[in-house]
Amino acid sequence: MSATRILATALRVLRQLRHDPRTIALLLLVPVLLLVLLYYVFDSDRGSFDRIGSSLLGIFPLVTMFLVTSIATLRERTSGTLERLLAMPLGKADLILGYALAFGVFAVLQAGLATGVALWFLDLDIAGSPWLLLLVALLNALLGTALGLFVSAFAASEFQAVQFMPAILFPQILLCGLFAPRSAMQPVLEYVSNVLPMSYSVDGMTEVLKHSDLTVDYVRDVLIVAAVALGVLGLGAATLRRRTA
Amino acid sequence: MNKIPDDEQGGGEGALGPAAAGREAVRARDLGVVRGRTPVLKGLDFAVARGSVTGLLGPSGCGKTTLMRAIVGAQAKVTGTLEVLGRPAGSPSLRHRLGYVTQAPSVYADLTIRQNLAYYAAVLGVPRRERERQVDAALADVDLTSHAGSLVANLSGGQRSRVSLAVALLGTPELLVLDEPTVGLDPVLRRSLWGLFHRLAAERGASLLISSHVMDEADRCQRLILMRDGRILAEGTPDEMRRRTGSETVEDAFLRLVEEDTARRDGGREDPRNPGDPADQEHRDHQNHQNHREPEDPRRHPRDNRDNRDNEEG
Repeated sequence: MSATRILATALRVLRQLRHDPRTIALLLLVPVLLLVLLYYVFDSDRGSFDRIGSSLLGIFPLVTMFLVTSIATLRERTSGTLERLLAMPLGKADLILGYALAFGVFAVLQAGLATGVALWFLDLDIAGSPWLLLLVALLNALLGTALGLFVSAFAASEFQAVQFMPAILFPQILLCGLFAPRSAMQPVLEYVSNVLPMSYSVDGMTEVLKHSDLTVDYVRDVLIVAAVALGVLGLGAATLRRRTA
Repeated sequence: MNKIPDDEQGGGEGALGPAAAGREAVRARDLGVVRGRTPVLKGLDFAVARGSVTGLLGPSGCGKTTLMRAIVGAQAKVTGTLEVLGRPAGSPSLRHRLGYVTQAPSVYADLTIRQNLAYYAAVLGVPRRERERQVDAALADVDLTSHAGSLVANLSGGQRSRVSLAVALLGTPELLVLDEPTVGLDPVLRRSLWGLFHRLAAERGASLLISSHVMDEADRCQRLILMRDGRILAEGTPDEMRRRTGSETVEDAFLRLVEEDTARRDGGREDPRNPGDPADQEHRDHQNHQNHREPEDPRRHPRDNRDNRDNEEG
């Protein structure tokens, strides 16, 4: 593992993004506009806006980073650049951490902007510190990057890669407690939701929403999301093969 | 298996002993590759001499790319012995010492040429203060200095493949493995690239293995490896090939060798490989489809094929 190569990779990924200003605009503005939309959807129900809005602040980075990473790494695999990089003295960890770093930086921008707008313009009412919200958002972005990297190994085309988004993320969105409390679900589904990482990121957001100080549950939720993200990054590394058929 | 005729061995590097290892950039013994269940390379024995330009010639689909991927350590399911710069192919220590250019340009379309080269130079571990000089030198080598700030997405196909070639020149590799680097380039540029390849061999002592399916590039190489159907037909200098087959051009020599090979395979029933094997046949059909130069019937006289040469130029 080499800091130079990780930084060079992160810089390269950010430079690629910079040549694509439309994608940057979509990544930064869509979450904000959706929050504004949600604000007016719950025009007469501020409590629901607070609950769903704070959870969405965690879910947006996960979804967008999942999409961006799965397409970006699929391109690396199909364009031959991955094969070339792996024939060079680049460690798999260098590549993965480079991607994680670049998209992490981007996720901070995205989540920072969305959280700022939600708190100051849409009067999102949370008891805890907005920094704790940002931390969960960042870890979710990392989780999205990890999942995207992993599924890109199973996609032969960009069509397939995009379809993995509803396949992998929609069940988690349905089961994470956003639509109904997890404890009220059919017991099997509740168990399933207990092993899905998004459940813990939404739980963590809810902790910040309700409690003004750092709670044990919040720390547990954050650790679980971080551990799953690192685990899936490891799985993603295993899908990068120097030798292919 | 794939027996190279005796008189051919006399002209080649011949000796398989360890004494030869120092002069060889690549040495393969009984090299095989299986993809799915189909053998793509079968029992190859060959060497690439150090400090020389070696051409790997054969019709599309004959296994050139698979062989090159095996040499750079990107190919799975490789059997036999394959030594590259004195180490087993794919050894981590070789990753600094090899330059590899795939057929499709492996560069980032959404970066400028200079940004591409700067990134790959960093990955190769070129020291920061060296990077700019090396990037400039590589740009000059492939004649793209004036386009350094252009986005790769806006370049022509030929320019993109030169960017890909420039990446392989970074870090002064000892062995360059180039998969059809001159395809689709105009004659002037092609000549200048071949000039570059020879300069790399003569001045920097690099060894180059360059594949092509265009036979008239053969005379630009110091040594040749002719391939067909995942096997090696012959190995030696272009002159040796012509002399041995009594042909005027390497293309004719190749066709003669194909004839001989077919005759040997049809005649020698002790050969366990059935020439009528459907997989083999499919393979050949594919080649015929891809490469108009290959005659439908290898037994036809080679000269018949010469008339339509001009309109089939790459």
